[in-house]
Order: sequence, then structure tokens, then C-alpha cells
Amino acid sequence: MNFLSGVTLLLVYQLAGEIIVRLLGVSIPGPVLGMVMLFVTMMIRGRASEPVEQASTALLSHLPLLFVPAGVGMMTHFGRIADEWLPITFALLFSTMITLVATALIMQQTSRWFAKPAPARGQADE
Amino acid sequence: MNNPGLQDIWVYLSATPLLGLTITLVAYGLAYRFYLKTNSNPLANPVVTSVAILIALLMMSGISYHDYFAGGQFVHFLLGPATVALAVPLYQQFSRLRQLWLPVLISLICGVAIAAGSSIWLARLLGGSLEIQMSLAPKSATAPVAMGISEKIGGLPSLTAALVVITGITGAVLGTKLFEWIGVKDDTAKGIAMGVAAHGIGTARAFQVSSRMGAFSGLAMALSAFATALIVPWMVDWIQEFSG
Repeated sequence: MNFLSGVTLLLVYQLAGEIIVRLLGVSIPGPVLGMVMLFVTMMIRGRASEPVEQASTALLSHLPLLFVPAGVGMMTHFGRIADEWLPITFALLFSTMITLVATALIMQQTSRWFAKPAPARGQADE
Repeated sequence: MNNPGLQDIWVYLSATPLLGLTITLVAYGLAYRFYLKTNSNPLANPVVTSVAILIALLMMSGISYHDYFAGGQFVHFLLGPATVALAVPLYQQFSRLRQLWLPVLISLICGVAIAAGSSIWLARLLGGSLEIQMSLAPKSATAPVAMGISEKIGGLPSLTAALVVITGITGAVLGTKLFEWIGVKDDTAKGIAMGVAAHGIGTARAFQVSSRMGAFSGLAMALSAFATALIVPWMVDWIQEFSG
């Protein structure tokens, strides 16, 4: 029963997100807004309810599975991908690598700058 | 006498959603077992293996993607509630996030701009058509967001969906090795980079490394969905004006 009410709650938040996004006409996807609203709810209540925790752990532990049907969809684009394979493969591969490296380095550097509490200032920076 | 019976069964199977759903779960089950057999080698990513198995199966049997998706959609549908569910690990990591909100914000904005800018620039450099450039631009955002943006800026939404998946797989497969090479050891920084560059598929991979990396990857993915929707259309206008 716990699991069922957890899933129900997730769907309710998703539905609310979809409706609000359409009412406001913004380009943010409904589930993302639903996630923000669930997060705010937990912040206000000061804890995550057990059913929601159970349902989300179950869903997230199989997250890779959920991308499989969309991934199979690339078979409908084989023609287009074959026509422009060079720009597609190189741009995709290198842009993804650049983004991973740059973002990780920026995050590492900026968290050293901003997140250090005051006492560490005097010490030599590792 | 027996052959017509088999024929009937095949006609039934290729028309029912049951087949698409079942082969999705079976292929994933096999792919996941294979992944465990290789000691969780990122090259044996279960999304790659199961997508390859399924495409091969559909092509050999002549079942169209449309018929397959009649069953696959039940799995696909769960992406929505799973996105909402990301709020839970995010909440559990909130105390760390609160200390890091400024670095996260800076990395996020830079990461989203780099992801879109570098893919447009590289595709243009290699002679890709404008349609391809625009289909590639939102590739690091989660699929529903990327498709919406692609449509808005003149790309092909369904091609973008495929590129989004390939990007996610690329990030999931290469990410941990790249972080090792550049010497980034902090799970927080790794998670943020993974979520910005490789959305949900990267997040799924990040959860296999640690729950902290997964939570920050999920956070970055969610925030970059917002950031991509805000930044990329504006950036594309700017690039087009700039280059005439």
C-alpha cells in the first residue's frame, strides 16, 4: 500500500506540473516543475514521507531501463544520421566531452573559491 | 495444418503491445546481467546493449518502431514520475547543496552554454546543415525539454530525441574515465558535470557510482532543463545575428 500511495503522489505532482505549465504557457516540462514542487513540499514539511521515498527509490533504481524505448527510436533516423554522419558524430562526441570536462573543472574550481569556510583562508590551499 | 497456427500467433504478437513491452524488459534484463558480468564496466552500459539488441531484433523481424512503441510506451511513460522522484535524493542532499549554491549556479550556466555553443560550432565547422546544428544544440538537456527547444529553434524534434539518447550514452560511458584523467575526484563536481552534459542517462550512471554523485547529477539535470530552456533559444538568436 505504501508503494502505491507513493506512486500516486508522484503522479499527482506530475499532473499538477503539466497543468500549471500549460496554464502559464511556459516552455519548462511538467515533470520538472512537478519535481520542484515536490522538493518545496518536503522543504516545508521538513522530511520526505516514507511512501514517496519508497516509490522514488524503486523508480530511480531502474532509471536506465526507462530510456530504452526512446533509444530504440534512433532506428527511425538511420537515414538522416548516415547522410550527415561526420558533423553529427564529431559534434556530439567532442561537444559532450568538452562539456563534461569544462563543467567538472569549473565546479571544482568555483567550489574551492566560494565554499571554503573562513578559517581555512589562512591555510595554504591544497 | 500446424503452419497457419503459427502464422496466426505471429499476426497476433506483432500487433499487441505485450510483445514490445516484454522484449524491452527481457532485453534490459539480459543487458543488465551482462553489465554485472563485466564488473560494471561503463562500456557495457545496459542502455547501449539493450537498445542494440532491440534494434537488431526489430530489423530482423520487420516490426516497425511504431508497432514496437505501442508496448515500449509503458516503460517510456515512467520517465515522467521518475523525474518527479528526483526530488527525493535532492532533498536528502540539500544540506550540501545549500553550501554550494553559488558554484552550482556558475557551473550550470557555463555548462549549458558550452554544451549548446560547442555542438553548434563543431557541427557548422564540419559542414552540418542548419537543421542538424539546431537539432544538436539542446542535446544535453533531458529529452522532453530538448525536443521542445529543438522545435522552437528550427531543428527536428524526433532527431533531437535520438541525439539526446546518444549524448546521454556517450556521457555515461566516457564520463568517469574523463574525470579520472583530469583529476576531478569530488563526487559533487562529477555529478554536476554528468547531469549538465548527459541528463538522465548520465544520472543513472552516476547513481551507480555513489548516491551523492547521483543526487547532484539529478539536480544538475533538473536545473539545466530550466537553464537550457532559458539560455539556448536566446543564444541561437545571438549566434545567427553575429554570423550573419
